[in-house]
Amino acid sequence: MVARFPVKSFLFHVLVLGFGLAMLYPVLWLISASFKPTTEIFTTSSLWPANITFEHYVNGWSGLRNVQFGRFFFNSFMLCVFAVIGTIISSSLAAFAFARIKFPLRGLFFALMLGTIMLPGHVTLIPQYIIFHEVNWVDTFYPLLVPKFVGDAFYIFLIVQFIRGIPRELDESAKIDGCGWFMLYARIIMPLALPALMTTAIFTFLATWDDFFSQLIYLSDIKKLTVPLGLRLFLDSSGSSNWGAVFAMSVLSIIPSLVIFFLGQKYFTQGIATTGLKG
Amino acid sequence: MQKYKTYAAGYLFLLPWLLGFALLYMGPIFASLYLSFTSYDLLTAPKWIGWANYRTMFTDDYRLADSVNVTFQYVFLSVPFRLAFALGLALLLNQGMKLLGLYRTIYYIPSLLGGSVAISVLWRQVFSKEGIFNDALGLLGISGPNWIADPKYAIFSLVGLSVWQFGAVMIIFLAGLKQIPQEFYEAATVDGAGAFRRFWRITLPLLTPVIFFNLTITLIQSFQTFTKAFIISGGNGGPINSTLLYSLYLYIKGFSFLEMGYASAMAWLLLVIVATMTALMFLSSRYWVFYSDGRD
Repeated sequence: MVARFPVKSFLFHVLVLGFGLAMLYPVLWLISASFKPTTEIFTTSSLWPANITFEHYVNGWSGLRNVQFGRFFFNSFMLCVFAVIGTIISSSLAAFAFARIKFPLRGLFFALMLGTIMLPGHVTLIPQYIIFHEVNWVDTFYPLLVPKFVGDAFYIFLIVQFIRGIPRELDESAKIDGCGWFMLYARIIMPLALPALMTTAIFTFLATWDDFFSQLIYLSDIKKLTVPLGLRLFLDSSGSSNWGAVFAMSVLSIIPSLVIFFLGQKYFTQGIATTGLKG
Repeated sequence: MQKYKTYAAGYLFLLPWLLGFALLYMGPIFASLYLSFTSYDLLTAPKWIGWANYRTMFTDDYRLADSVNVTFQYVFLSVPFRLAFALGLALLLNQGMKLLGLYRTIYYIPSLLGGSVAISVLWRQVFSKEGIFNDALGLLGISGPNWIADPKYAIFSLVGLSVWQFGAVMIIFLAGLKQIPQEFYEAATVDGAGAFRRFWRITLPLLTPVIFFNLTITLIQSFQTFTKAFIISGGNGGPINSTLLYSLYLYIKGFSFLEMGYASAMAWLLLVIVATMTALMFLSSRYWVFYSDGRD
């Protein structure tokens, strides 16, 4: 046997990688700019910085108005952690009810729940804002967190579809063994629905980390700002924008999502594949 | 007795969602409908003004007309391009090759950058007069405009951003492609079908439910796009309203001018538009979406 150089496969990888790098050009530019001295950011076009500096990372991290940028990372991170916990618990409870328990009006509630997926957020945005304004929750984390603890229709649907794929005989035998509904949920169904739960966790993390709109509306105290809002501060302050710091902190801001995405992708491809999108 | 215990269990599990639905959806939907007939600045009580908000919207608000126009352009350009792009790359990546995880991540990175204000600068590097996009066009002998500062072309830089952040759509396509039974392709190859025929006769029809799902979700999301326009235009929808997507204008009206009543009326117009589009999608689906389990 003569080992043949796999030309076709090699060309294929060159194509995929080349196109990927072209797509990544703006991101590579961002990373490169974050290491360039301020005077060179917009004047040199080379992607490889002639003079490498870490000043933007130092300046950016030291933040502004006595608030370190790490604070914004901490805020974003805590928001994400609570959002993930809240969404997983509340969505999986509702999904279990829809998928496994028979009760009156189940069909109606299920249809209403699906309806909220289609409803543009803008319709409820202003009354929700007014409610949170009335209870003095504006400029706290509650308006961003409390809604996460009542379940998200999209993930409820995802988990319902997943649970439907788990054989019902398991429920029966668990019941014979004296398992109550909650035990069935916690000990049997949830562990089996792990891919759907992981999908929910990953997407909730990514979406919360990246959520700009609701954070923009509800948060204003500098100590409570999150990463996307903190980045804006470098632009607003004193008219002269500190782009170097924006770039450096933007690079840092992608890292958590990137790690989570890379590590979690095998779960959520499984998770999506079983949502029954295929009808 | 056992029956009622089961009912109670059902409602107990559903309780968090029910509470949220009542307080954060049901109540607000009616409140928003009511507010749309009022003038309300958040500080004084809402004042009933009948159809005045809607009348202004349809007859007297040129910025809104611009905004609707821009939004439809954005939706009808970005949705097909974004889907085609995502599908193309999903097909490319679905060749059962090594390094799939790495490539998937690379192609997802732009989507992770989502709401960063750095994008406004990155986009100028790519789409300004001297940007790299025009450099590429220059190689073809085309002299490109300033895609960001020229009001005639600014919408294209937004569409470009939407296409660039296609990661989530691609991932759903990839998951859909994985579900197509391999035997179909083997049988077709035995029967002498070429790659193009296999795509046209097997992949595409079996993928239509996923295409439908992506199309519907992307369409709904595109009508509500906010962050891209906010970041690219610095929050004002300029130049000359050319990136004033509907959500951005609604935000400006509601949260900068505190015209909450008017913004609520705008939200209801958006709801009617989105609901109509979604209904049309579902009506059309029976003609082109193919479910392999034979269910209609």
